[in-house]
Amino acid sequence: MPEHIVSRGIYLRTCILLLALTLLTWRVALVDLGRWNVILALTIAFSKGTLVTLFFMHARYSPRRTQLVVVAGIFWLGIMILLTMSDYLTRLPLAS
Amino acid sequence: MSEGHSALAEQFRDLEQQREASSLGMWVFLVTEIMFFGGLFLAYTVARTTHPAAFAQASRHLDVTLGSANTAVLIVSSLTMALAVHASQVGRRRALIAFLILTIALGCTFLGIKAIEYADKFHHHLVPGSGFSFSGPEARPAELFFSLYFAMTGLHALHMVIGVGVVVVLLLRARRCRYTVQYHTPVELSGLYWHFVDIIWIFLFPLLYLIDIHH
Repeated sequence: MPEHIVSRGIYLRTCILLLALTLLTWRVALVDLGRWNVILALTIAFSKGTLVTLFFMHARYSPRRTQLVVVAGIFWLGIMILLTMSDYLTRLPLAS
Repeated sequence: MSEGHSALAEQFRDLEQQREASSLGMWVFLVTEIMFFGGLFLAYTVARTTHPAAFAQASRHLDVTLGSANTAVLIVSSLTMALAVHASQVGRRRALIAFLILTIALGCTFLGIKAIEYADKFHHHLVPGSGFSFSGPEARPAELFFSLYFAMTGLHALHMVIGVGVVVVLLLRARRCRYTVQYHTPVELSGLYWHFVDIIWIFLFPLLYLIDIHH
């Protein structure tokens, strides 16, 4: 696969989108949404991380095996957090 | 690896295969970094679900303005780094040097703002240890929040220091015309590292600075 050169316009638009999402995450945090605050904050952070990975880090234009490594990394992190939390949340009495 | 086309190591068919192998290797390293930071994010998740009120209270002692400013600084530094990679791909050496300098400047700005924040925490006795003082019934869990704050932002700042060092080396080598349209893999791989460190901060910012700030 020959080297893919991402245009400067795409980099610039990615950057503007990331700054807009930063503003959004701050605005949303100022509103009391109960437990949805943390869910929204993480959703926005995950979207921003995805944008950086796809465009700044060229994952969108990388060979399949590189993309597989990226997805595997996130998947393993998911296993670690999900399984540990399923244990903590069901065994320990939560401090109220 | 002496000069010109001999940038190709003998085990590779061509420069393209070599570049793909290097990039894959860098990604594998970054995955180990995900697990490195992952342990801290996990500890944070466990501690916050156990002490939600204390974490919200302690989080309000962080400066949201400085945190937001630092987020913007890092995002723009990722843009300048991406543009540096672009410049190296199309062989524009002057642009490459300019964007590397900008990236270094923004990286140092981030570390400077971080230093101001740390100094403020020392000043207000919010650094875990014998000097820690926190008013309220949940001082111990609040201390746990600050332990995690310093561990996570500290490890991130260490990565930033290394990142700035790496970009300085790139700059020195770019000035000596070491990168060409055919061979600029170090610029690209350093870019991957820089963006990865940016992503870590993208998660740290809302998790540390924006807990229940609506109160």
